[in-house]
Amino acid sequence: MAVTVSRESDSVATPTQRALKEAFYAGAIALGLFVLFIGLKTGQNMSNELVLTQRWGLLAAVVIATAVGRFLYVAYGQPFMANQKIANVATGLLPASVGSRFFTLPAFIVAVVAAVLLFLFNSSLAGWVGAEPAGYLQFLRALAVIYLLACVIYYFRAFIHANFTKLGITALVLYPILVVAVLSLNAWSIAGGLQGSLKWVDNFGIQILIYVMLAWGLNIVVGLAGLLDLGYVAFYALGAYAYALLATQYGLSFWILLPAAGCMAALWGVLLGFPVLRLRGDYLAIVTLAFGEIIRLVLINWREVTNGSAGISGIPKVSFFGLMTFNVSDPNYIAKVLHIATSSAYYKIFLYYLILGLCLLTAFVTIRLRRLPVGRAWEALREDEIACRSLGINTTTTKLTAFATGAMFGGFAGSFFAARQGFVSPESFVFLESAIILAIVVLGGMGSLVGIAVAAMVMIGGTEALRELDFLKQIFGPDFTPELYRMLLFGMAMVIVMLWKPRGFVGSREPTAFLKERRAVSSSFTKEGHG
Amino acid sequence: MQYFVQQLINGLTLGSIYGLIAIGYTMVYGIIGMINFAHGDIFMVGAFTALIVFLILGALFYSVPVVIALLVMMIVAMLLTSLYNWTIEKVAYRPLRGSFRLAPLITAIGMSIALSNFVQVTQGPRNKPIPPMVSQVYNINGVSVSLKQIIIVIVTALLLVVFWYLVNRTSLGRAQRACEQDRKMAALLGIDVDRTISITFIMGASLAAVAGTLFLMYYGVVAFSDGFVPGVKAFTAAVLGGIGSLPGAVLGGLLIGFIESMWSAYFSIDYKDVAAFSILAIVLIFLPSGILGRPEVEKV
Repeated sequence: MAVTVSRESDSVATPTQRALKEAFYAGAIALGLFVLFIGLKTGQNMSNELVLTQRWGLLAAVVIATAVGRFLYVAYGQPFMANQKIANVATGLLPASVGSRFFTLPAFIVAVVAAVLLFLFNSSLAGWVGAEPAGYLQFLRALAVIYLLACVIYYFRAFIHANFTKLGITALVLYPILVVAVLSLNAWSIAGGLQGSLKWVDNFGIQILIYVMLAWGLNIVVGLAGLLDLGYVAFYALGAYAYALLATQYGLSFWILLPAAGCMAALWGVLLGFPVLRLRGDYLAIVTLAFGEIIRLVLINWREVTNGSAGISGIPKVSFFGLMTFNVSDPNYIAKVLHIATSSAYYKIFLYYLILGLCLLTAFVTIRLRRLPVGRAWEALREDEIACRSLGINTTTTKLTAFATGAMFGGFAGSFFAARQGFVSPESFVFLESAIILAIVVLGGMGSLVGIAVAAMVMIGGTEALRELDFLKQIFGPDFTPELYRMLLFGMAMVIVMLWKPRGFVGSREPTAFLKERRAVSSSFTKEGHG
Repeated sequence: MQYFVQQLINGLTLGSIYGLIAIGYTMVYGIIGMINFAHGDIFMVGAFTALIVFLILGALFYSVPVVIALLVMMIVAMLLTSLYNWTIEKVAYRPLRGSFRLAPLITAIGMSIALSNFVQVTQGPRNKPIPPMVSQVYNINGVSVSLKQIIIVIVTALLLVVFWYLVNRTSLGRAQRACEQDRKMAALLGIDVDRTISITFIMGASLAAVAGTLFLMYYGVVAFSDGFVPGVKAFTAAVLGGIGSLPGAVLGGLLIGFIESMWSAYFSIDYKDVAAFSILAIVLIFLPSGILGRPEVEKV
């Protein structure tokens, strides 16, 4: 599994010698890779000509960091991981896992005491030590709380594992209430009042759930039917533009347009499906990619209808099933109907529950479909197309239904996206989005709904969290923008997670058809489709 | 007629660049059966390296003959870009070689995102324009041919000859073709498969680096995001020609170049990419494995 840079011919060398050698190679390669890109920077001078600025100090730092990292990994990391797998000769047991060594009872008690003390004496301590160290104390307190939470999760992991779905849904339902209650009612919170807490519902909750829904939709095509689709974002775009255009031009309601957008996307799924049915594997991938690009280019260039790159703005909000609206000026504005204070929070929270409902609908339909003949046909198609055809399954309709169903959920997510943003433009539907959705499906372990949800949370939540790293400016100076590193880290995380878990987070599958009892199948036994 | 010939020449230039990139896609696909999504960004890294070398040359010497400047740019770009592709293969693709089909695809997409953002972080997000290196334009019977275009076509043709020789006449090429047919059998016969695959990546990257240098010389500008569109076009070209087939990649590249220049000349420039992608879809309906691709025979 380990990435080796040199050949394993020097088995006589001690680990340290080997590590030194590896570190030297890694440093040399890093020097070669980065000498022009980090050592020099192209910038514009006063007369707009390109000039080079030299940054040899930074280059040296990066190269040395690479070499040291490689040294530590080869000298300590690899032997440590190898040791974890060797049982003790005397006891016959595997060494205690990292988790149980890290989450010990004494450390737990210390963390509880520290957190309680810091909470109780927060204000007096702040007055006593001054503003600057008080910030660090708050950081320490946050670390203690995170450690406690991790401890609880670690010790109840068997329970959590057994009831993951129920716990997950409960947590998702309670999430906005808890976040708003905890963060907005506490003056000490870093998020800063109601608006700050709504950010956690909006940027984290809704954003992640949109990707969960998209990934579950794509999962039907890629995970269940085994058809590689690189242009899934096209259906998302179709749904979004269908809602945006029909709502702004004809003033139709979201509740009429949601199914309409889904049907339209499904129709396009069928239209795309027809020509590509005969294609297999990577030919299919490129045609779907081309389809995604065609839709985006048409959206950019068909200015009379789509308003080109400028996009469509002023898309109406979702109403509460027509009974109440979220526009302050309307007579049936929710605050007027229910006689409560005017606030923007209601709409955010309503949207959160709306997308949660749509997600659960997707999951429910997927689970049900898997048990229907068509779902079984999808999975059979993924495992072996020829066998599937010999058994009399009509592969054409099977593929088409997979495309259409996946596209429909993409369309739903798209119209939700348009309603939430109030603005759509072709910028939101680039290939990168398709790639991210596909990555979530694969990282989650294809076909596993829970795994995909976890992957979406990790990848999207992680990149969203990187927006919150403004405190790094205090370390690296005001020129440092953590924002820039977001996608760089995202790409590297994709590679690292894939190398670490090539089968995704949930590496086993539960068969839908079984003889006597349902047993999880290791996914190394399942094949991937060619078509 | 003159207009048509003019477009033909423009298409040939564009197609040469696409063809050079497409070879990298098709070779990697042929030997390990994966789509190297980072290849477009490898091309961009090549163009950027050429840009930085150009600036270094400008800063160190008062004036450098254009031929030497181009040669130095190309060679440095080839070396560095090869190092990039070699490292990426070692780090991101090799550990997943025995894994399922989509795993290396995802790491390739991750690498593509990481590479373009790495260049953005280190070199800034702006377009990087350089002063024109070659500006002569010849007029033959009313058709204007710039020296840039001639250089591109000649360099491409020369490289294709060298490349053809490497693949068809050397032991290295034989090893490559053997690995392409059956990796296990090739290994049993004493071919170092890992080394052959590494060399394939190096060759693909070198051609992409040359394409990047030519791209920089032709357009005079490069940005961190320039890898995606030529990458997708070249990939389209590789599939159109029949993925895995080397002459197919060149043919596909030329076809895509012609389609683009003809469409922008006679119809609308806005929809040139739509035209290229639509023609790909139409060709694949009738020839499901590309123009020169071998149909995939599946044994049960």
